[in-house]
Amino acid sequence: MLKITINNQETQVHPGTTILQAARQLGIRIPTLCHTEKYAPVGACRVCLVEVEGTKSLVASCAMPVSNGMKVQTHSRRAREARKMVVELLLSAHDGECQTCDRNNDCELQSLAHEMGIREVTYPGEKGPKKIDQSTPALVRDAGKCILCRRCVAVCNQTQGVGGLFPQHRGFKSMIGPAFTNDLSDVVCVQCGQCAAICPVGAISEKDQIQEVWNALDDSTKHVVVQTAPAIRAALGECFGHPPGTLVTGKMVAALKKLGFAAVFDTNFAADLTILEEGTELLVRLKQALLENKPVALPQFTSCSPGWINYVEHFYPDMLPNISTCKSPQQMFGALAKTYYAKKLNKRPEDIFVVSIMPCTAKKYESQRPEMASSSVRDVDVVLTTRELARMITQAGIDFNSLPDEKMNAPLGLSSGAADIFANTGGVMEAALRTVYEIVTGKPLPFENLHVTPIVGLEGVKEASLKITGTVPDWSFLEGLTVNVAVAHGLGNARTLIERIRSNQGNYHFVEVMTCPGGCIGGGGQPRMTDDTVRLARIEAIYREDEGKSLRKSHENPDLKKLYEEFLGRPLSEKSHHLLHTRYTPKGLL
Amino acid sequence: MVEKLGPCACQPISEDELYLRLEQIIAEYQAKPGALIPVLQMAQGVFGYLPEPVLKKISLGLNKPYSEVAGVVGFYSFFSTHPRGKHMIRVCLGTACYVRGGKRILEVLKQKLGIDVGETTSDRMFSLEVARCFGACGLAPAISIDDEVYQRVKPTKIQEILDQYRQKDSAEPARKDK
Ligand code: SF4
Ligand code: SF4
Ligand code: SF4
Ligand code: FES
Repeated sequence: MLKITINNQETQVHPGTTILQAARQLGIRIPTLCHTEKYAPVGACRVCLVEVEGTKSLVASCAMPVSNGMKVQTHSRRAREARKMVVELLLSAHDGECQTCDRNNDCELQSLAHEMGIREVTYPGEKGPKKIDQSTPALVRDAGKCILCRRCVAVCNQTQGVGGLFPQHRGFKSMIGPAFTNDLSDVVCVQCGQCAAICPVGAISEKDQIQEVWNALDDSTKHVVVQTAPAIRAALGECFGHPPGTLVTGKMVAALKKLGFAAVFDTNFAADLTILEEGTELLVRLKQALLENKPVALPQFTSCSPGWINYVEHFYPDMLPNISTCKSPQQMFGALAKTYYAKKLNKRPEDIFVVSIMPCTAKKYESQRPEMASSSVRDVDVVLTTRELARMITQAGIDFNSLPDEKMNAPLGLSSGAADIFANTGGVMEAALRTVYEIVTGKPLPFENLHVTPIVGLEGVKEASLKITGTVPDWSFLEGLTVNVAVAHGLGNARTLIERIRSNQGNYHFVEVMTCPGGCIGGGGQPRMTDDTVRLARIEAIYREDEGKSLRKSHENPDLKKLYEEFLGRPLSEKSHHLLHTRYTPKGLL
Repeated sequence: MVEKLGPCACQPISEDELYLRLEQIIAEYQAKPGALIPVLQMAQGVFGYLPEPVLKKISLGLNKPYSEVAGVVGFYSFFSTHPRGKHMIRVCLGTACYVRGGKRILEVLKQKLGIDVGETTSDRMFSLEVARCFGACGLAPAISIDDEVYQRVKPTKIQEILDQYRQKDSAEPARKDK
């Protein structure tokens, strides 16, 4: 242990602890901007300067490890003034107006300036190069607001392994961005929005589409419906002052009704549908492989996460046959809303306007893919993130917290607990196993509370094995088979898992990948900032939502049974194929 | 008697051959850690500069994101993404030169050459860059062309200086743009 004295308080810390961490242990807050818990310090912003006895210049506390006997002053006049100067210099190079900025009231630079009492920018510096990049369907980048903290570089390169963003040029021309500071659409970017979620300022945000939704709601020729992804209910409350992990399902529905949507539906309904389609697809693949000896791509990969689809299309195009042909629940929902549901109302697909509320920026991209128009028109019209929905609710003058709980509408609003857990890493797999195991054996999944514990939680790559016994006659060829599954979240972990599979390890049958760390609950469109504590709180809330339902398995959803009886026939029917399944396109790396 | 050395007998190298060399370089370094900078240096040696297709090949070959490759190229001033001219003109914009008309000299050069800083004339004769002080502050403003430093440069003298280089080189024409 090392001895350190901070602000005259003595404490002991483990070797390798930074001054910042030691101070935090003592309850002393030092401001930071570039620092994050997860990544190695880069010391880019100098906002965390402190005074260390015996050293001439101030040191960046986030990057400086404690040495034995160190004496530190974090809030001496000199330290405070130096930090204030650093923030003033950042502001002098900053090209943005808070009043018209997406991050107004939610900006770390703005809060720091406020907390330090900066009332004017005394160094009217030359602004950096201004460049607004709207080249992708999901994201807007504004280089004028970038403070060069490199958090986005860390998340894009280290966590996602995509490498779309990197420091470009140097000196005064320094910018963070795609190659040669061209547009994001010129390089590989999977549109996950993790960069937008981690940016401390308004330099990367989702493309704001709220106005398009207002316009549709005002258009009397449109029947405007909304679907909400499983992860929204566990995070939206954070935008209205609730702690992470608060479930606000009922209030969310009430708010959407107040906004004027003709019907509030649940992406979860389509998640249950996904399980039936994707589970059946898996059983068919297993049958072809084990019984008919046909060459078939195994393991089967899940297909709900559009960033993951982009990733495979770019980085592993030869593995596209392994991806389930199922559309994501958002797109299945859109296709059904404009066919099955439209028919019930005697309306044409073009009369229905589908809005999605998603935790994800890549969903904006997904809805624009050319294939996603199987109802004859675009299946999903506009995608809003959780953050955009919160803004829309505020714009409408709705006092969210005083709303009563309301229920989703039929016929696309009822869902099982299995659908809820689509929001969590491991959840799609668990939901699929709950159904597939029961189809094959006639018995429920033999685990306490139906949870597959080895694939629950934030471990990067998770595995589970399940022996199948007591099969019903149709599936007797699976008797005694040990089914191996694997789960990865965050594309860097997905790469690790794919490389494992390519070197013939694991012998997996089914693999779940979610693009974002923690799954959709940690999506790029969720309330900021998402760290592991927040992720775990949201994950726990989602399991609570699941356990609170008596309907826990997708195949038991009565409205889903009705959908098959009245419209689709059976899983993988011709109609299902047309509306609910899709194809993928290999894309190059450059 | 020593025979006088004739002009170099190398044939002009075809584009295909240049790319073949690049592939060999990439193959040699592929598995080595820290390969990016040496490969970029050699590629610049082979091509004279680092055009986009070359950078993309390196990105794919070394399995490095294109944004990272571009970032590294942009960080080091010895990498160039434009063909360099036969003569490199640097205009000092250090404090002394700046206040004594360096900025004006730069404007005149830009106008006379028809290029911006970082660019090369279409006959590949001159490239233009700015520099921070090359120790001629007493005789500011200064510019350098290749290894030659010109001091107390006057805007009216610039044409003359450029003409000297053009005349000197008219015997052996510069590389043609493809
Ligand atoms: S990024 Fe922050 S400081 Fe800059 S304009 Fe937006 S809110 Fe203001
Ligand atoms: S959206 Fe994702 S892949 Fe694209 S730049 Fe941001 S972090 Fe990288
Ligand atoms: S875009 Fe945002 S996260 Fe990235 S370097 Fe700039 S300020 Fe930091
Ligand atoms: S937080 Fe320490 S240098 Fe940025």
